[in-house]
Amino acid sequence: MKTISRLPLLSCVGGSMMVIIGGCLILWMVVFGCKSMDAVTDIGTSLGVASGVITETQAESISKSAKAVAKTFEDFTPEQEYYIGRTVGAVILDKYKPYRNQKANAYINLIGQTLAKASDMPETFGGYHFLIQDSDEINALAAPGGLIFVTRGMLRCCRNEDAVAAVLAHEISHIQAKHGLQAIKKSRVTSAITTLGVEGVKTFGGEELAQLTDTFEDSISDITATLVNKGYSRSFEHAADKGAVTLLSRMGYDPYALIDMLKVMNTQLKPGGLDFAKTHPSPKSRIADIQTLWEKPADGTKSKARQDRFMVALGGI
Amino acid sequence: MVKLKISILMFLLIGLTGFAAFAVGKSMMSIQIKKGELRLAPSFLGKIVARLYYGDRVYVLEEKGSWRKVGLSAGAAEGWIHASALTPKTIVLRAGAKDVETAASSDELALAGKGFNQQVESEFKAKNPNLDFAWIDKMETYVVSEEEMKQFLKKGRLSPEGGF
Repeated sequence: MKTISRLPLLSCVGGSMMVIIGGCLILWMVVFGCKSMDAVTDIGTSLGVASGVITETQAESISKSAKAVAKTFEDFTPEQEYYIGRTVGAVILDKYKPYRNQKANAYINLIGQTLAKASDMPETFGGYHFLIQDSDEINALAAPGGLIFVTRGMLRCCRNEDAVAAVLAHEISHIQAKHGLQAIKKSRVTSAITTLGVEGVKTFGGEELAQLTDTFEDSISDITATLVNKGYSRSFEHAADKGAVTLLSRMGYDPYALIDMLKVMNTQLKPGGLDFAKTHPSPKSRIADIQTLWEKPADGTKSKARQDRFMVALGGI
Repeated sequence: MVKLKISILMFLLIGLTGFAAFAVGKSMMSIQIKKGELRLAPSFLGKIVARLYYGDRVYVLEEKGSWRKVGLSAGAAEGWIHASALTPKTIVLRAGAKDVETAASSDELALAGKGFNQQVESEFKAKNPNLDFAWIDKMETYVVSEEEMKQFLKKGRLSPEGGF
């Protein structure tokens, strides 16, 4: 009886083993097949060298530039984005000094960090942090990675918490779409990657460090020149407004608060000013661009608790 | 004999599973943020069960929207983390010359501490002593806790769509 009962088990084991071994072989081929595909460019240049069409140095140069061209702002790691953002933030703080009001800063961090958690990219290398700047100019600036700055002048355009959330959500959207990093000229990205390729040890040597720091400085200038002087394109601003509307709705805020804030801003902006008047499309055109996003105006219901805490924290801004 | 064959079968099965995970390459991810939290539930308000750090490797066990249930490589803890904290790349914390070379031609590796880093920031600071980083450091200490967030949402009658 024992022998009979063992037979089907043995044949089952044998059959399964064949299937598994077969599966292993297929997987092996798949993995190594992929690696072969990756090597196509290298084989191409090797063939060129072998046939005498190009020299070895030329081949090396072609491979290197092919790799460099493939690098874009998206190749910055979140860690590098974080360091870029810290320095961009320091430059922004050189333009407008911090507003040293702990209650007000704590409040915008509550709104901003909660909003960021509801967004598509809640996690960044160093997280989202918000700071009010002591200026009457109407401005809000976002440094890559999650540092967001907003002036007292901008907060005065907000009549309620929902409007503050609209301003912060707009800046969060700029960060998530990596608009800041896209302001870096492509040549800097290539240069940064090339330096990284040359550098092969744990810490940089003096020359590489100096070169990389120059590239870093130029990259920071590209971003701050765009943020502070040139402004983003109208399409980037529209994307950020659209992103803000989505985020406000998702959080339970009234997305119409963005239009309300823009209407107030329209009455406050001074022509020829060096703030949003210079770097952003006019509030009227921004309203025109986003009002098609609603089928009906907001219901206007406002939470009293929200209005109370807004007045306590920012009533005297 | 049967025991031996069953052992071989088990060995192959385990090997195949591990190999398949390696071949597909999707089930292993790295933490790409400075520090993250593993939570009991797929929500930022969920209880924290473990803390993770930049470069830590995790196995993806389950997906739910933008959340991933992951296990630590060591098998010590399981929990949920938002997908934006993860990258399919392997993060090399102490990259050597060979890693630099590999990373230049591959999308599978990311080098920690390379490129624009602390060292470059220090060099930049030395060249631009007028810039004040003290407030940037102070800003980074502004962190809203889960409890504060919970109260903020509740008192303001805010209810994020689909949880958080």
